[in-house]
Amino acid sequence: MNKVNIQIDDINLEVPENSTIMEACDKVGIHIPRLCYHPILSNEGACRICIVEVDGIYNYLPSCSTYVFDGMKIKTNSPEIRQARRDLVELMLDNHPMDCQLCVRNGNCELQALSYKLGVRERLFEGVRKSYELDLSSDSVVRNAEKCILCGQCIRVCANVQGVYNLSQHHRGVNTIVTPAFLSSMENSVCVKCGQCINVCPTAAFTEKDYTEKIWAALNDPDIFVIAQTAPSIRAAIAEGFGHPPGVNGTGQMITALRRLGFDAVFDTNFGADLTIVEESVEFLKRLESGEKLPMITSCSPGWIKFLEHFFPELIPNASTCKSPMQMVSTLLKTYYAEKNNLDPKKIFVVGVMPCTAKKFESRRPEHYNVEGGYPYTDAVITTRELIWMIKAYGIDFNHLPKGNFDLPLGFSTGAGDIFGSTGGVMEATLRTCQAKLTGIQNQELEYFDVRNVEGLREASIKIGDKVLNIAIANGLNNAKTILNRVKNKEKEYHIVEIMACLGGCVAGGGQPIPDVGEFIYPLDKNMIKLRAKALYDIDENKSIRRAHENPYIEKLYEEYLGKPGGELAYKLLHTHYHPRLPKGI
Amino acid sequence: MFEEDYNLDKEITDYIDWCKEQEHPESYLIAILHKIQEKYGYLSQENMYEVAQKLRVPTSFVSGVATFYHYFRLKPRGYFHISICLGTACFVKGADLVLKAFQNELGIEIGETTSDGVFSIEGARCIGVCALAPVLMINDAVYGNVKPTQVSELLSSLRAKYNQEKKVSA
Repeated sequence: MNKVNIQIDDINLEVPENSTIMEACDKVGIHIPRLCYHPILSNEGACRICIVEVDGIYNYLPSCSTYVFDGMKIKTNSPEIRQARRDLVELMLDNHPMDCQLCVRNGNCELQALSYKLGVRERLFEGVRKSYELDLSSDSVVRNAEKCILCGQCIRVCANVQGVYNLSQHHRGVNTIVTPAFLSSMENSVCVKCGQCINVCPTAAFTEKDYTEKIWAALNDPDIFVIAQTAPSIRAAIAEGFGHPPGVNGTGQMITALRRLGFDAVFDTNFGADLTIVEESVEFLKRLESGEKLPMITSCSPGWIKFLEHFFPELIPNASTCKSPMQMVSTLLKTYYAEKNNLDPKKIFVVGVMPCTAKKFESRRPEHYNVEGGYPYTDAVITTRELIWMIKAYGIDFNHLPKGNFDLPLGFSTGAGDIFGSTGGVMEATLRTCQAKLTGIQNQELEYFDVRNVEGLREASIKIGDKVLNIAIANGLNNAKTILNRVKNKEKEYHIVEIMACLGGCVAGGGQPIPDVGEFIYPLDKNMIKLRAKALYDIDENKSIRRAHENPYIEKLYEEYLGKPGGELAYKLLHTHYHPRLPKGI
Repeated sequence: MFEEDYNLDKEITDYIDWCKEQEHPESYLIAILHKIQEKYGYLSQENMYEVAQKLRVPTSFVSGVATFYHYFRLKPRGYFHISICLGTACFVKGADLVLKAFQNELGIEIGETTSDGVFSIEGARCIGVCALAPVLMINDAVYGNVKPTQVSELLSSLRAKYNQEKKVSA
């Protein structure tokens, strides 16, 4: 690659010729302020905050989208540039509500941080403000157009990463607004509720629907038995909310914190993950034998399932009918667990702590209600961020908590359940169980490194016994589209496909902690995702039981209650169905 | 919105098919929207949805483009579409008063259509006949030297015409 010599603020350096000024500056420790830039999204150049001065060019240039040339002399700081950047932020604030203290992003808002950093101390351009109604239509994602600064990151993440293209700018000039097609509400759109718009939004224009009020109320009611279940990825990210770097395992403190909040029992969604594997491998081996409905596609990710219903309705039969781990646990809590402990299912309040905003939507799907009783199996879903806030709101000092353990029986899980939170994890867990069932040999390979990686799209052929399984793994729905089109057009024959809606899997879900604005870590940063995933693989490695079907409490569950895997009761309680949705996605 | 609701004219769907054979089909989006507006007078959500599905351009992008350009109408026009020239010459000669008279008589603003669907008004730039200022157009006919006091009478005669034409077609 050709290199060019440039000078940045009197520092001489050599950089590849296709770098932008911003990339060159990042290398030498100069952090140019920015709002609309994201390394994995296309360049927009919308905010103009990252302007720099280039010798010989009259106008200031946006450093995110200007490429270097040989002999370029760049000045990133001068009283004039700082003034210009400050003016730009002030102009944005002109059209921004002044309610930082009431805002859910207070303390972790890029616009707020930038105003402070650039020295905005008064409002000079106060004028007429746009006013829009809050879009509360969706169970998962709340859209607040008043807080939007039109950086376009939500539009780009929805298009470039998720392939959903739900959002676009509508109207123009001062009237510009980001909405789904036809300015409709989030509910009446192809939104898959993955929540990535929330992760990349520098302000609070997109936030999750808040369910904490309902939970406080349930916790305060002595007649209600409140149960928490926590998804695999929560433990790998929750510590970030309390000052730790990504990848710190916070399982023990998280359990203690939930108990102190007043939860009567704390169970593990990983138990459901193990159970999913047991049911799913029975389903898969059946399909493999009959050759029907192949490839089988995993169904744990509710964002992916909604995507399937809007974008690939013809492939619905290929999706596994297994409920997601969360719904399996919730269903068992209000049936098996309730019966065993003489509890009235209507007096049980199940809270799912999930890295995911689509889980909020999933819990409200009519398929996940008890028809006779008219109650949902999962009463409320909160994200990692909401749980972190609840812990802080309750005055719990997370970092000084003793480590707790999950309650039994639905709190015991094998290593297979832990890795569900990372892309490739469901595949690896399935392979561990299928291999044991297909070959009858128990102690074979446990770690399928072919499937471990955070790349968006992987394919492999894995030999199990005398069979070769063609597998594919996709994370990020744009990658899923590629695989699904290959399946649809019969270009490739896979046996099993794992799809997770979010980049890197649940560890980077739409409900995970947003990196602190001071840390210079982008939301969806690859390294951050890898560290969170590693925390899960480490937990898996340190467990003595690592195959889902060897979970003794699952064996007991089938013995005492469900009968056999894939049996009648198991099918009734642990499986679900999907249906095509409108509007159709493109 | 369902596929059964697809109702674009064959002439337009043929054009979309042709566009899809070109190098950058999506770049023909505006041209397609023009044809639809020419045919139906405005862009309905159903039509835009159908364009998105057939051209394979995300629906949000189609509606984003349609709302960006003032030229595209998103609501149906009235049976009589009245464009009042608000260019310099007409304005100096009192076009604003003419506009106000229409607004008072019909109870609608620029860009709106009466609830019975008979009249819609729009502010136009120069029509090119400044000598007749103030000028307006009703559908394809040009009216010159319009006085605010004539508006009421003009609307009554149009309404009579509308009633008669409706009767004939019924």
